[in-house]
Amino acid sequence: MNFFRQCLILTSSFLISLLTYVGISNADGHKGFKLGVVTFLSGPAAEPFGVPAWNGGKLFIKLLNEGKAPAPYNKIGFGGMKITAIPIDESGGATKQVQEFRNLVQRDKVDAVLGYVSSGDCMAIPSVADELKALTVLYDCGTPRVFEDASYKYVFRTAAHAAMDNIAIAKYLMEKGHDISSIAGINQNYAWGKDSWKDFSVSVKKLSPSSEIKNELFPKIFSGQYGTEISALMNSKAKVVHSSLWGGDLQSFILQAKPRGLFKRTQVVFSAGDHVMPGLGNKYPEGVILGARGQYGMMAPDTALNKWFYKSYMDEYGVFPAQPPYRMVQGLMGLKMAIEKAMEKNGGKEPNKDEIAAAFKGLEFDSPGGLVQMKLGDGHQAIQPHAIGTTAKDKDGNITVTDIVRYKASCVNPPNGIKAVDWINAGFPGADC
Amino acid sequence: MSEKLYNNLLFQSIFLMSFLILVGLLIPNWLVFVITKAIAYGLVGLGIITLMRGGLVSFGQGFVFGIGGYTAGLLGTQAGLTDAMLLLFVSFLFTGLVGLIIAPLLARYRDIFFAMLSLAFSMVLYGILIKIDAIGGSDGFVLPESTYFGIKPSSEYADYVLYVVAIIMTGFISILLRYYYDSTPGLIALAVRENELRVEYLGSSAFNVAVLNFTIAAGLGGMGGALNGIALGHIDPEFTYWTTSGEFVFISILAGYLSVPAVFLAALLLELVRSFSGRYFPDTWQLILGLFLILSIIFIPSGIGSFFKQFFDRLKKSK
Repeated sequence: MNFFRQCLILTSSFLISLLTYVGISNADGHKGFKLGVVTFLSGPAAEPFGVPAWNGGKLFIKLLNEGKAPAPYNKIGFGGMKITAIPIDESGGATKQVQEFRNLVQRDKVDAVLGYVSSGDCMAIPSVADELKALTVLYDCGTPRVFEDASYKYVFRTAAHAAMDNIAIAKYLMEKGHDISSIAGINQNYAWGKDSWKDFSVSVKKLSPSSEIKNELFPKIFSGQYGTEISALMNSKAKVVHSSLWGGDLQSFILQAKPRGLFKRTQVVFSAGDHVMPGLGNKYPEGVILGARGQYGMMAPDTALNKWFYKSYMDEYGVFPAQPPYRMVQGLMGLKMAIEKAMEKNGGKEPNKDEIAAAFKGLEFDSPGGLVQMKLGDGHQAIQPHAIGTTAKDKDGNITVTDIVRYKASCVNPPNGIKAVDWINAGFPGADC
Repeated sequence: MSEKLYNNLLFQSIFLMSFLILVGLLIPNWLVFVITKAIAYGLVGLGIITLMRGGLVSFGQGFVFGIGGYTAGLLGTQAGLTDAMLLLFVSFLFTGLVGLIIAPLLARYRDIFFAMLSLAFSMVLYGILIKIDAIGGSDGFVLPESTYFGIKPSSEYADYVLYVVAIIMTGFISILLRYYYDSTPGLIALAVRENELRVEYLGSSAFNVAVLNFTIAAGLGGMGGALNGIALGHIDPEFTYWTTSGEFVFISILAGYLSVPAVFLAALLLELVRSFSGRYFPDTWQLILGLFLILSIIFIPSGIGSFFKQFFDRLKKSK
């Protein structure tokens, strides 16, 4: 036993010093661009969300490093600098993420960090990012509060916030003539779920003041069991049931609600409903109205850039890309364009983070999901066009999305300087549809 | 023997503290930060060890960790109090007071009942915190940057200054704890652990020992929570979640109850293993961490502190 113990101590101290050494030696004298990528790699959000997002990012980075992406993304890496990505798991809560972020910036000396699906993490990271002067791109999270409650110098979000998802769904229900005289909602009990429900219910009230709220349910995030909630929704007899569930929660809800006939009895709308389609396949119910948090996957626009991305992803992984890979690629594209714009300005030298941040502000770039404009939060928060559709079976019996309505970015996003919830409450003044 | 040993201890501690403060100037910034965090966790671990000496283990130290963190955070955001030393001290006192209030209830229980009741307290607090939207709900909130005697250090030195403050405050607390452990009530705790009934027959109160130890543990946990919150600049209900409490228990088991510095070493070890496994094995870091936990429990069942003790015993013998 004593011998074993000594061996263990020796090996572990050796391993720790080795890792520390690697950590320190990695930190200096690098060439190219070091990018920390944070997304869910374990836990219930990994399989439907974090892993496909990182798959898309990994593939796009590989193609960029080989110079195989189409124009305007055809320069190698970021402005000629080869990209080295360091993936980090997002699970474990905001406090752990703040620490991982510090490790990335201070220990690995990354040039930028791209990441964060969870709204909680997006609320926690920006202040640390500014304190450490670290360029940070939020690629997915939904809460509008990030740039509405504060402003940051080095933090950007390359995707629209969640208000758009719910405003567009309310408009779609109206335009398609669905009965919205009574609504009910099932949303997770945290920032994302609560904000989503508020945006949706207030939007519906604005468009149809007589409509009535039957039931508001807020189960805990990652709870996975919805038996009682489904009963309550069935009993409430609301005409429309809204949900912003996502990831494993959305999968469980669909699988539990479908045999009980919820989708046949009521019109169900999912504000972020597409990303479980690759996993569920034909188990996905028909007649569901859904958004993808942008024009992604089955609702993507028919452009050359989208066709290229869709095909590259399909060839590599054998499933179609839903919103997660689109959003991560969108973040990478924004960062690439900002870096290359900064390089153009300083005469082709490697830009520093202040130059990149200046170039990022107010940037506009094409993505597979359409034109992205950094218009809100004084040029730090993106808006983008949106699409809403309804699921149906095609002639081969496969689930697909039909009846797609596209919305201009300025139609479903508030103008700069106005908080999303105030904009909805005021009845969408200045919406350009 | 006692007089000389204590003088010696004070001298040793101050020497170690100055050494660590100097080392802090040489090591990279991230390591300074990791050590600060390890000190925060170590403080909570020290609290559990104080309980362990009296035969109790708390599965809910996240409760006091969270109270301490939220006290510092709310004083910072709501009352505009940003002096790090003051925040640490106030959190220590306030959480100790909360500990003193609930201790009489907890001190009536032993073993698994004590552990589960403390766990229940922490989870109730978790449930409350995620429901209060005014302080960020499940998202938590951001702390203002801290000051020291009215001066705000520039961002390059902020980590180092907090590190120095943490080392000094923790150093003196550790010395006081050593004195406490070797004092009469501290030694009675060990006796309670061996045979509670006999201690009662000898005229001491096991109940009082448990109350005292829990109050100390609460104060330490609160200070750890405040330090962790100030270092990270962010606080969320995860502070009080049972997985956080589990980490503290693990740190104490890894350290053992024989040595005070061992606790901080154990916390640092856990922190390093966790952050490097997350960095190099992003998909399987939990597996690496789990293996580390299992192996250390199998091969060092009485904790890192036992090495220290062996080492010093051997030193004494050779003299």
